[in-house]
Amino acid sequence: MHIPDGFVSAPINIATYAVSAVALTIAVKKARRDLDEGAIPLLGVTAAFIFAAQMLNFPVAGGTSGHFLGAVMAGILLGPFNACLVLALVLVIQCLVFADGGLSALGSNIFNMGVVGGIVSTHLFYAIRALAPKTRVGFMVAAGVASWCSVVLASISCAFMLALSGTAPLRVALPAMAGVHALIGVGEALIASSVVGTLIAVRPDLVGAWRGERAAAGAES
Amino acid sequence: MNAGAKNVIWIGVGVALLLAAFVSPFASSAPDGLDRFAEDHGFAAKSTAPGAALWTHAPVKDYATPGVKNPKLATGVAGLAGALGTFVAAAGLARLLRGRKKSTGS
Repeated sequence: MHIPDGFVSAPINIATYAVSAVALTIAVKKARRDLDEGAIPLLGVTAAFIFAAQMLNFPVAGGTSGHFLGAVMAGILLGPFNACLVLALVLVIQCLVFADGGLSALGSNIFNMGVVGGIVSTHLFYAIRALAPKTRVGFMVAAGVASWCSVVLASISCAFMLALSGTAPLRVALPAMAGVHALIGVGEALIASSVVGTLIAVRPDLVGAWRGERAAAGAES
Repeated sequence: MNAGAKNVIWIGVGVALLLAAFVSPFASSAPDGLDRFAEDHGFAAKSTAPGAALWTHAPVKDYATPGVKNPKLATGVAGLAGALGTFVAAAGLARLLRGRKKSTGS
């Protein structure tokens, strides 16, 4: 759902640039304080995987395609603000080098995919996770559900931007965007839960959210 | 970070590079959800209207490596270079942000 130039009006783009800049400033402050040595290659590989996976459009209904977003996956591995940072970096590269997503809409794209997809939806993951069984499968299900929500919420945010810009009325944009992304979100959920499930099986210490809850459980007992 | 975790990181980088190089040329070329909506509702042309683009110097437009005739090869080369460049950029950014903090054990 990379928005090109021309779809979103200047006022909306300026507003989302501002909100995204605030989110990224917080993310940078947190990263300066909290990043450890091990996070350096993990951030790199997460970004590279997201870049690669976003090239792999898979067909969904009726001559439409979609691709992996990876924001909740990144949030589970690195935390919500690092996820926003990674998504923003990938979006900047896609925009400036590959003409994928407009520069005028970069703030809107970072808002939809980094802020709504990364920060908001990773917090949603924490909430869903608290309800799920404390097992690996429970963790994977929570990752899948939150990932599905991240894609649908980002598409709803995108629909509001199109409507507020006068590009398409909300009553048309909202069901159309949310509808197709509800399908794309199924792919998102399967990929994200497989990746985190596999990582927990082989290297649980690389999965930040899993490591965090194990540490909390250990401290309680 | 211990050796086992490092190995998993490098396997991950390998998977990303392989996907970007060898799978991306075979990805669906159908429009994505947003582009499809734009086509169906008649506003797709807004993105190519004169003056719409703010940045027109992207060197690898639409993931097609310039000068490579075979379209599948052009996409694969762009994917490989893009994934590698993204890894370096993200790891570099993380290193920059971490700065010269004291190492908390390696």
